[in-house]
Amino acid sequence: MSKKLLLEHIDVEGIRTYDVYRKQGGYQAVEKALKGMSSDDVVEEVKKSGLRGRGGAGFPTGMKWSFLAKPDGVPRHLLCNADESEPGTFKDRYLMEKIPHLLIEGMILSSYALGANQSYIYIRGEYMFVMRIVEQAIAEAYANGWLGKNIMGSGFDLDLAITPGAGAYICGEETALIESLEGKRGNPRMKPPFPAVKGLWQRPTVVNNVETIAAVVPIIQHGGDAYAAIGIGRSTGTKLISASGNINKPGVYEIELGLPVEEFIYSEEYCGGIKNGKRLKALIPGGSSVPVLPHYLICKTAAGEPRLMSYESLADGGFATGSMLGSGGFIVYDEDQCIVRNTWNFSRFYHHESCGQCSPCREGTGWMEKVLHRIEEGHGTMEDIDLLWDIQRKIEGNTICPLGDAAAWPVAAAIRHFREEFEWHINEPKLSQERNYGLVTEKTFDAQPA
Amino acid sequence: MSENPETVSVTIDGKTIQVAPGTTILNAARQIGGEVVPPAMCYYSSLKGSGGKCRTCLVEVSKGSEKDPRPMPKLVASCSTTVMDGMEVKNKTSERVVDARGGVVEFLLLNHPLDCPVCDQAGECKLQDLAFEHGKSKTRYEFKRREFDKIDIGPYIQLHMTRCIMCYRCVHTANQLTDKREHGVLHRGDAAEIGTFIEKSLENDFIGNVIDVCPVGALTDKTFRFRSRVWYTKPMDANCECSKCSGKAVLWMVGNEIARVTGRKDENGEVTEFICNECRFDKKDLSQWNVEGPRKIERSSVISAGHYEQTAPEHTPLLNKA
Repeated sequence: MSKKLLLEHIDVEGIRTYDVYRKQGGYQAVEKALKGMSSDDVVEEVKKSGLRGRGGAGFPTGMKWSFLAKPDGVPRHLLCNADESEPGTFKDRYLMEKIPHLLIEGMILSSYALGANQSYIYIRGEYMFVMRIVEQAIAEAYANGWLGKNIMGSGFDLDLAITPGAGAYICGEETALIESLEGKRGNPRMKPPFPAVKGLWQRPTVVNNVETIAAVVPIIQHGGDAYAAIGIGRSTGTKLISASGNINKPGVYEIELGLPVEEFIYSEEYCGGIKNGKRLKALIPGGSSVPVLPHYLICKTAAGEPRLMSYESLADGGFATGSMLGSGGFIVYDEDQCIVRNTWNFSRFYHHESCGQCSPCREGTGWMEKVLHRIEEGHGTMEDIDLLWDIQRKIEGNTICPLGDAAAWPVAAAIRHFREEFEWHINEPKLSQERNYGLVTEKTFDAQPA
Repeated sequence: MSENPETVSVTIDGKTIQVAPGTTILNAARQIGGEVVPPAMCYYSSLKGSGGKCRTCLVEVSKGSEKDPRPMPKLVASCSTTVMDGMEVKNKTSERVVDARGGVVEFLLLNHPLDCPVCDQAGECKLQDLAFEHGKSKTRYEFKRREFDKIDIGPYIQLHMTRCIMCYRCVHTANQLTDKREHGVLHRGDAAEIGTFIEKSLENDFIGNVIDVCPVGALTDKTFRFRSRVWYTKPMDANCECSKCSGKAVLWMVGNEIARVTGRKDENGEVTEFICNECRFDKKDLSQWNVEGPRKIERSSVISAGHYEQTAPEHTPLLNKA
């Protein structure tokens, strides 16, 4: 049983309510910080902990906080990004639904560290029921004096508000989130200026993921060094993984970073192996936008090292033979899944969610979707594969925000690792239509681990 | 490195220039002029907030600055990246830029109809120039293109969304002219379209300028539609007394008739002074204008084909007699 920090008390009955949460040691970290630590101390602890952004990019949180501009007389803001829309990711929902006070406690600590007196939780529009739960928790926190004026007599004021989005994936991008929160169309902004300098209403702003903010609580409670002792190398602490796909036990798991991928998939404690005794075909380790890994690169890296659940190990080998930890949307494919169909499905999603602001993403995502659909439907040609490669290459890196990259990477990785399957769709259109679950040959599984 | 502390030094395609701090790479390139200027479809210097969207002005920064000489990993939009002292930029000399720009042009043309023969903008269309310079002769797109119905925005302007490349210039123009939001973007992705709220007509004395800022034929002048090809008209600089605007305009003549009136555009294709609707749409009689003389049009432009660059000098009696 590995160490649990965020989901430690998740099974306690009524943990959603304030009284039970408080009884389990809730809000002690806030007491500790407000009574005995300066805001710089809190930032220092987070820096020491080595906590990295849990939303996908994995940027060190302490460093992000230290970039925040602090001009005199200008209010600063902390925004919590709860617009969790990455296909395959549902950890923030679980956290907010089950233990909302942990997020609120984290918001108080983080706002205190940043000197923000008005903070917002921007929650995904589809999570309306979760929003009700968090709203209820905020009301409880206000009633017990954890929010509002002069919290616990420390002289620190904090107001916390919750705002729903309207269901756009793009509003999970931090500058689009800021635009949306300001009441505008959710188009990402040009950077620079970065939000740390000019964010919400042109004020210095930090945007953090739900899990990142929640992780500040155990960091303050146990100290940054204790947190940094968990995990491996620069991937410190624990991470929530949303496991889905063809596994026996899908769900949200808190793992210690550095856990072997093989153990995560096959052990009874976590995913419990592949469903129906099938074989593992592919894995998307970090949400739909990260590159897919073929079965022979999942448990071992190209160099033959065991693949671990950490930022570094999953990215080992770059995009040629690696992937990314991303947001922890762990999607497992068994041998009956069609990679072409999946890639088309993701492509359709990114086409639908492109904001349409910059040309490569607006036009390119739709084009890729149409070409992929043609291949999937059995009307593709060999040139289509090269065309797809060329389109994704021209989108990647040339757009305002990372949505272009997110649309390009899955297509690139699918072609890189499963070109045979694309060719099979083109050469055997009838067969691929009848057998709607992709190409499986014995050769494909030569390197399958026992 | 710059000698003068008031300016910074930037090198674009091997040409060095001193510019004021805070200048964008694109504007620095425009100060050098000529081949080093990246094309820009959405940036418009007089419109606040424009730029960054079309991605045609992408350039490679091969040296960040004197202090931090690391190159920037990604191509950057030159219209919204400010120069640093000692920065080195590659525009046409970078293969990456040429490749990416070719891609952007292809993306822009993906859903753009090939209706140049019946488009009023043909001959003065920025996208036409861009495609001619950077595009390929064949498209690789084999699907149905996006189509919209034509919409009349008010009595003078027609919106043809099918041709739109979503540069947002008209949105910025309309937003910065009026305090009510009348003109904006509806929907998202490749279904996004320019719209006025429920086809409500735009009513503002300067709204005709959206026609001038539109780089393609999406917003056209209804008083000029299908009256003449632009290269059959003769542009003349003219001015008039106007209480609303500067009155400095260009008259596009067909014979002795004014076919249309537009603002004056500089060498970057940007209007120098916006003109009002009255000058643009109503003053179509030559007696209302003081004609200054023929407008200088670059020889490379198709517009120069049909008009006389110079009138005969007065001291050539033979010509004057004829």
